[in-house]
Amino acid sequence: MNSEIVMNNETTGVGSGRIRAKRSLLSVSLEKLLELIIRLSGVSAILFVLAIFFFVFREAIPITISEHFSIKEFLTSIEWYPTSAVDIRYGTLALTVGSLSITFLSVLFALPLGIGAAIYISEFCGPKLKEALKITIELLAAIPSVVWGFIGLTVMSKVIVAVTGAPLGVNLLNGSIILALMSVPIIVSIGEDALKAVPDSFREAALAQGATKWQIVYRVLLPAAKNGLLAAVLLGVGRAVGETMAVLMATGHAVAIPTSLVDPIRTLTANIAAELGEAPAKSDHYRVLFLTGILLFIITFAINLIADFVIRGVKGKK
Amino acid sequence: MSEQLLTQTTVDKLRFTKTSMTVRNEQTQSFAKWIFCAMSLAMIVPLFLIITYLVYHAAPSLNWEFLTTLPKNGMREGGIWPAFLGTIYLVVISLAIAAPIGILAAIYLNEYAKDNWFNRIINLAVINLAGVPSIVHALFGLGAFVYAANFGYSILSASMTLSIMTLPVIIASTREALMSVPMSFREACWNTGATRWQTIRAVVLPNSISGILTGVILQVSRAAGETAPVMFTGAVFYKVIKGGDLFAYNLNEQCMALSMHLYTVTTQVPNVKESIPYATAVMLLGSVLIVNATAIALRSWLRNRKKW
Repeated sequence: MNSEIVMNNETTGVGSGRIRAKRSLLSVSLEKLLELIIRLSGVSAILFVLAIFFFVFREAIPITISEHFSIKEFLTSIEWYPTSAVDIRYGTLALTVGSLSITFLSVLFALPLGIGAAIYISEFCGPKLKEALKITIELLAAIPSVVWGFIGLTVMSKVIVAVTGAPLGVNLLNGSIILALMSVPIIVSIGEDALKAVPDSFREAALAQGATKWQIVYRVLLPAAKNGLLAAVLLGVGRAVGETMAVLMATGHAVAIPTSLVDPIRTLTANIAAELGEAPAKSDHYRVLFLTGILLFIITFAINLIADFVIRGVKGKK
Repeated sequence: MSEQLLTQTTVDKLRFTKTSMTVRNEQTQSFAKWIFCAMSLAMIVPLFLIITYLVYHAAPSLNWEFLTTLPKNGMREGGIWPAFLGTIYLVVISLAIAAPIGILAAIYLNEYAKDNWFNRIINLAVINLAGVPSIVHALFGLGAFVYAANFGYSILSASMTLSIMTLPVIIASTREALMSVPMSFREACWNTGATRWQTIRAVVLPNSISGILTGVILQVSRAAGETAPVMFTGAVFYKVIKGGDLFAYNLNEQCMALSMHLYTVTTQVPNVKESIPYATAVMLLGSVLIVNATAIALRSWLRNRKKW
């Protein structure tokens, strides 16, 4: 291992022999400056999160003193008429319900697939197939959301009309399926990490008792990895709540509480994307959309925070 | 009891026979295996079918001319050059901003940061930055860069929004690359009297540079596919530039972007020639997947080459 390091030092030209005991003031202060920049970059992540909150809040805050707005109506009314000439209403309940229902359904679809695939990849398949599946899943995760939206609009909507006989193919079901396909790769990769984190001694102990692989999965791995799997699901939920373009294109545009699977809906994210372009800058409508953004920010922040605690719990136990 | 003394019949008696429980276990086992296999396939196979369907419908428009010409007749015909070029601009500039900050932040988190509450908050911030919905990034870009910093709707605003959005991708993968350098390498270097930074520059970075590169490539693919953040900060529905000209955009103007162009031709323009949205989708998907496949290939090549 020592020769390795000497080699590396030679290639970069900073051999250990050439580091002098006394360095010039310039080189020392340059190094201090560089370390300062490194520290600042480290802190920048906090600054960016605060900046996001600050700037979105700054655009949103004047709405709270507007005569058309009340925070109670914003959260609990289903009436969203931002551009009405006579009776302006900013109620986001229907949008929130839209977001929640599509998230719930997509997780319902994605959960069995994701966990099942994670178990298959981690426990059942051979090393070559495992590598191939992991690469495929990584590529699936890379497909841009607007392409997913396009798939929902063109392919999935035809399938849904053909299967369910609904008048419109773009609806809650379509969006949920697309979102499920989008969040499966996340659930698989994090779920697989969670299963990998279970020590092999657990598996060996079970094998020594004569347990079959299925019994190991069901009796040993799932209980041992349940926190990691929960975190995987939470991050899948986080992605589903925040997804914009795919739901914008695949769910139809109806600000209403859905009563069936094939009702068109609109989510908080899609609503911002659909209306921000038309809302005049600094108008009440524009500011309400920013306030919706804050609502979203808080929801996803909470989900990520919980997921992080759950994962930390797993690591702490190990 | 030696083996020679056993008669053939006793051997037959001693041979292991499956009990009904073993049979049942084996059946559940293979059943479970096929169920899980089916679940994995249920995720992958439909998508391959869908992609084949997209390529099949895109085929009439997929050619070199489609890439290098302007959209014509109100985007109902013609090519995607301005959108393609715009995406390259946005990606390159966002990369130029995000890569240095992201790599330095990862160096801080992995090499300097002690495990205390402050650095745990930084970690949490990175995780949350990755989890903020893209549309909230768009709102932030609009409020901060377009209005507050007064860059207006421009390539600059859009790239900055994209760079903050993709920062966590670079931080995460750079950290992974730095973490894969064994601690003993650093300790050996410290023992020769090298400072922290000298160690990083002479030992850690040379041993992790290709892993860092992989992360940068992944950032490119992520930035190229994003729609919402550029839609409200600098991307425009339509803009005339010279076909095939590489330096057609200025930083303070708006540009077209491939991802937004796909949204536009699919939902906003009526009576588009049928193969055009499909071809746009295939071009976008193709570029993103090629960039990603490059990163994956680079990574597996590195893994095989690694000696420790």
